Amino acid sequence: MIVLQNISRIFQVGDQQVYGLNDINLTINKGEYVSVMGASGSGKSTLLNILGLLDTPSLGHYHLLNHDTTRVSEPERDRLRREHIGFVFQSYHLVPRLTARENIELPLVLAGAPRAQRKAACDALLERLSLTDRAGHLPNQLSGGQRQRVAIARALITQPQLLLADEPTGNLDSHSGSEVITLLEALHQEGITLLVVTHDKSLGDRAERHLEMLDGRIVVDTRRSRRAASLA
Amino acid sequence: MNLLDRLEFCQQAITRHRFRSAMLMLSVVIGICAVIILTSLGEGARQYVLDEFRQLGSNVLIVLPGRKETSGGLPSFHGESARDLTLADAEALERLSGVIKTAPLIAGLTEWSFESRHRESFTIGTSQVFFRIRQLNVQRGIPLPSIEVGEAQAVCVLGSKLKQELFGAQPALGEWVRAAGTRYRVIGILEDKGQAMGMDMSDAVLIPVASSQKLFNQEGLFRVFVEARPGSDIEDLKRRIEHLMRDRHQGDLDVTVITQDSIMGAFNKIFDILTYALMAIASISLLVSGILIMNVTLISISQRTEEIGLLKALGASRREIRLIFVTEALLITLVAALVGLVMAYVLLAAGRYQWPQIPFQAPLWAVWSALAVAVVSATLFSWLPASKASRLDPVSALTQTQARK
Ligand SMILES: Nc1ncnc2c1ncn2[C@@H]1O[C@H](COP(=O)(O)OP(=O)(O)O)[C@@H](O)[C@H]1O
Ligand SMILES: [Mg+2]
Repeated sequence: MIVLQNISRIFQVGDQQVYGLNDINLTINKGEYVSVMGASGSGKSTLLNILGLLDTPSLGHYHLLNHDTTRVSEPERDRLRREHIGFVFQSYHLVPRLTARENIELPLVLAGAPRAQRKAACDALLERLSLTDRAGHLPNQLSGGQRQRVAIARALITQPQLLLADEPTGNLDSHSGSEVITLLEALHQEGITLLVVTHDKSLGDRAERHLEMLDGRIVVDTRRSRRAASLA
Repeated sequence: MNLLDRLEFCQQAITRHRFRSAMLMLSVVIGICAVIILTSLGEGARQYVLDEFRQLGSNVLIVLPGRKETSGGLPSFHGESARDLTLADAEALERLSGVIKTAPLIAGLTEWSFESRHRESFTIGTSQVFFRIRQLNVQRGIPLPSIEVGEAQAVCVLGSKLKQELFGAQPALGEWVRAAGTRYRVIGILEDKGQAMGMDMSDAVLIPVASSQKLFNQEGLFRVFVEARPGSDIEDLKRRIEHLMRDRHQGDLDVTVITQDSIMGAFNKIFDILTYALMAIASISLLVSGILIMNVTLISISQRTEEIGLLKALGASRREIRLIFVTEALLITLVAALVGLVMAYVLLAAGRYQWPQIPFQAPLWAVWSALAVAVVSATLFSWLPASKASRLDPVSALTQTQARK
């Protein structure tokens, strides 16, 4: 599903070149659950942004679902992102003036989906994430955990195959955090490909596959059997 | 994003950011109001003046003493002390073919009194014909008597306001009023008609021209109104009048003949310039509101960097982002323009109520061009910041706001 070949992302800081990512090779199969850990500044977000087509690599090739994303046009990349990728951010990034429902529907609105379809999809997600009674609330009327659930609902509404979460529990207390992780894992059980960046080792260890980053490189890549993972 | 959803999205952005939207609307409302009010002032003044001259009637010519325009040739030998325009001249003019009647006119300020009340009033010495030419009517009594122009008679017709001031509710007809030691019998009261050609007749006193010559101790006429037969060639008559006057004044053309056309032409030119000047001022205010639109859009965009990054992360294209911001600016401008339009019309209606004699009226071209300029400047001035926003890179747009938090 995802193939990264010799991917580097070089930032120009003044007259210095900073390697956000340094010659990354990585293959992720459909349905995998991958956690990414590493010190701050090791390149985790940069990796996720490139996987999510929010950023383009300076060098190398990125194949997503058999499209060479480094070669297609910008509108095509917008379309791939819209149709296949869901993104969850540490700081939620909800539009403050829009209600929970309007925030969740936003990707479908941008995609031009008809109203009835939007409402049905949104209702189902609100129900599933127990947000139904919060549908008409603005983000600042919601708790952190609720906000992140709204953000996850927004990421899910397009039924993406790939869900990318950059420190989704970073701003949450441990209770809301584990709720969010349980939710993400349930989604993974249903077949979504899941990548989670986290600082929390206990959360990271729950994934089937574990990546460790350092200075823009992947230094550890371990897999565990499904059984071991489910025991954790 | 389909059109309806985009409109809704923009409408939410407008109505849920009240202060910002209000600022933006205010600038457009002011711009539109300025254009419409200013051009209406110009048009109102023009119409007012033209109506005044139209009251004169297209078959009336005015003869003034002195040469008002340089017609080439040497300046008059007599200079300022041009020959008087006399009653005999007025009578001679009346004998020209194509002329029905002439009305002489002498004017000045005099103090009029009744019992212990005194009023300084505009006093007009003329004849009955003047009433017809200027469409003056009496509400009570009779106009000036139809007597030979050379004949003085101690009678007067009072303007309605002056009558009120001197007599109050008391009847005035048949009473005697005085001016400069002479008594005049009140034979008529003018209809309440307001202004005519800049003279407020409600404040005036009309007396026979020969009486006014005595009152002002002056032979020369202020002007002579010439009433031409309807349908006659006014330009030709004007030449014949000039010819006659030159003959009567020893070969010197020392009078000016004014026709309605010539006055209206001259005033039209002046008012065109005035209207264009007002329009230019108004356009500047529209341009300023355009620049305000740009600033507010820029502020709006910098406040919404996170949102733009997010929209991009959710798959919005550059074109979409640009469309969203331009639509927003257009939507708000259209609403504000309508508000401005309504406000301008309300103000104009108030103006007409306050000053009924001036026909304040927004010219249609001004309304349309105000709307067009508003819409064009909204598009143009929101396009630039919108394009800038559409080029934002989603990662830095999102992290920039993260860093700020
Ligand atoms: N926009 C940028 N400009 C310059 N340097 C950047 C930029 N984004 C990231 N970097 C650098 O790239 C490296 C990796 O950053 P990041 O992926 O955000 O790390 P992490 O998410 O693991 O904390 C860091 O050294 C960071 O300073
Ligand atoms: Mg990070």
